[in-house]
Amino acid sequence: MSAAIVPDHRGRYGNFGGKYVPETIMFALEELEKSFEEALHDEEFQKQFQHELAVYSGRPTPLTFAERLTEVNGGAKIYLKREDLNHTGAHKINNAIGQALLAVRMGKKKIIAETGAGQHGVAAATVAAKYGLSCKVYMGKEDIRRQALNVFRMKLLGAEVIEVTSGSQTLKDATNEAIREWVASVEDTFYLIGSAVGPHPYPKMVKNFQQVIGLETMDQFVQMSDGNLPDAVIACVGGGSNAIGMFAPFIHKDVPLFGVEAAGKGVETNEHAATLSKGTNGVIHGSLTKLLQTEEGQITEPYSISAGLDYPGIGPEHAYLHETGRVRYDAVTDQESLEALESLCLNEGILCALESAHALAYSLKLAKNMKKDEAVVVCLSGRGDKDVHTLMEKVEGGNQYE
Amino acid sequence: MNKRWTDFQNSSDYRFVPYIMAGDPCEEATIELSLALEECGAAALELGVPYSDPLADGPVIQRAGMRGLKQKMNLEKTIKLVSKLRERGLKIPVIIFTYYNLLLQLGENRFMTLAEENGVDGLLVPDLPYEESYYLKEMCSAHHLALISLVAPTTNKEKLSKLSKEADGFLYCISSLGVTGIRSEFRDGLNDFLRTAKEDSAVPVLVGFGLSQRDQIEQFEGTSDGFIIGSAIVKKIESLENELITNREEAIGTFKQYIESLLPVYTR
Repeated sequence: MSAAIVPDHRGRYGNFGGKYVPETIMFALEELEKSFEEALHDEEFQKQFQHELAVYSGRPTPLTFAERLTEVNGGAKIYLKREDLNHTGAHKINNAIGQALLAVRMGKKKIIAETGAGQHGVAAATVAAKYGLSCKVYMGKEDIRRQALNVFRMKLLGAEVIEVTSGSQTLKDATNEAIREWVASVEDTFYLIGSAVGPHPYPKMVKNFQQVIGLETMDQFVQMSDGNLPDAVIACVGGGSNAIGMFAPFIHKDVPLFGVEAAGKGVETNEHAATLSKGTNGVIHGSLTKLLQTEEGQITEPYSISAGLDYPGIGPEHAYLHETGRVRYDAVTDQESLEALESLCLNEGILCALESAHALAYSLKLAKNMKKDEAVVVCLSGRGDKDVHTLMEKVEGGNQYE
Repeated sequence: MNKRWTDFQNSSDYRFVPYIMAGDPCEEATIELSLALEECGAAALELGVPYSDPLADGPVIQRAGMRGLKQKMNLEKTIKLVSKLRERGLKIPVIIFTYYNLLLQLGENRFMTLAEENGVDGLLVPDLPYEESYYLKEMCSAHHLALISLVAPTTNKEKLSKLSKEADGFLYCISSLGVTGIRSEFRDGLNDFLRTAKEDSAVPVLVGFGLSQRDQIEQFEGTSDGFIIGSAIVKKIESLENELITNREEAIGTFKQYIESLLPVYTR
């Protein structure tokens, strides 16, 4: 188990992390770090955050025992941490509320955000509406085409959706564009990043706002199992915010942790998003981490059926936890995640997000080889309504809505 | 510092430093454009390296990067291009402008060796702020390369003073917030920022980002030692893309006319 305190004062997780950004925004990162550290130690702020999580997002979310799924699968008991039951349908809102409260505290009136499939964009637009902030969401042209419903939701919430036509026109480019916009408007704008990525202090801050997932899980599990801890905790990893939030309180306990990446069509093909399995050290979006790139350092486009895992980098703390061996990272294919999603629907009446289905698929494999009296906890990071269109194409083989 | 830098620093001219992208629209064009820029009075040259994710650049330089990538230009080839420039007679300092990830993948040690072998004089990494640059700066000085420091209008006074004192080659003052690109006006207080930078700087202080017209350049003459022009020049190259491949001699002529029209009389 790792004993080092991370991140250090330079925002380093071992070799990873740091601040690789243009000089123009360095002062803003310092300002943000100072405000965040103050808020972290301000009881009023923490109380307000917990209050908003409770009355606005509906926390605590339940820990559900998946009884029939466990029976069908065999082996260890499977518990689901129900982040899908949050307001807006995923864990993303935890972080969005936290950062929006911080923006308000810092006196910023404008927020900008990046989004891939639109989940973080919706969460950002939601908190902007709630706290009276203006909101611009950067989204790749290609993603706007694929996620028309979320684009409309963001507009209904009063956000301006900005089409990104640079590069490959997806999440990576939307993030570049949001950073470019931040460099231009840094004096009055708060950049509300959606995952545990980016320059310090973002990965630390996002983990802090997401650790409520793990803290609740630990309490809930301990209470229903006479003080025992789970025998495994599993979460999916794109940028890694739900996973780092889930892992946070378990990292220093004797509990095996598993991060599940998207293997897309297989890690042996060119179509995957398995950053830790196949990536190399490099800098993306202001952070030194593992990423998918060519030998020369051009960042490549990842692939996954799940838009939320479709990111060529990964949060620097995950790169660190991978290197130290504290968390085991593995990858699950499109097909395996689809099967797990269907099984959860049929046996539990829960339609989870395709991202979460990756964690679930891995849990099923893991649980099968464990004892009946053992238990695994899976972070069900979001609900699957957003994926229905994709699922119809895959499950029914049709494309009638294209 | 080598003779090219000494000449650059001792010059009494108002220094013109252009930026172009390596491989845009092809390697031979980059060579001839560089030579043309020197003939037009360039005091140093910034050579950009194509990158998939240039987060400090606006659309004009992003497009140039895409053209460079199509030519399979990369960091190693860009460094080697400098020795071809030297063979063809280029005498001004050449600064490689590269994002940090490209440098990491090539290897910082390998970069230093190649840069020394090929007549490179400096390095500029737009996404490596002072706080992350300590080791790279040490390596650069060990290999007689200037690591160019950037300061922005948002840099606080203390840091500005520290960076100005430690600057190598020249001090790059970013004129405005935002990414590279053409701007119609500049923020208030820019001249004060430049003056403060000059007070502490032992090397020439240059202003860059957004400059595209003669009158804009002239307004900084009293407060800086030179200026950097990127996007405006790259945009001209973009407009000459086909000619630079098919009818290069004429295109270079047109390009030189444009550069001459851009520059204040006294820089030529």
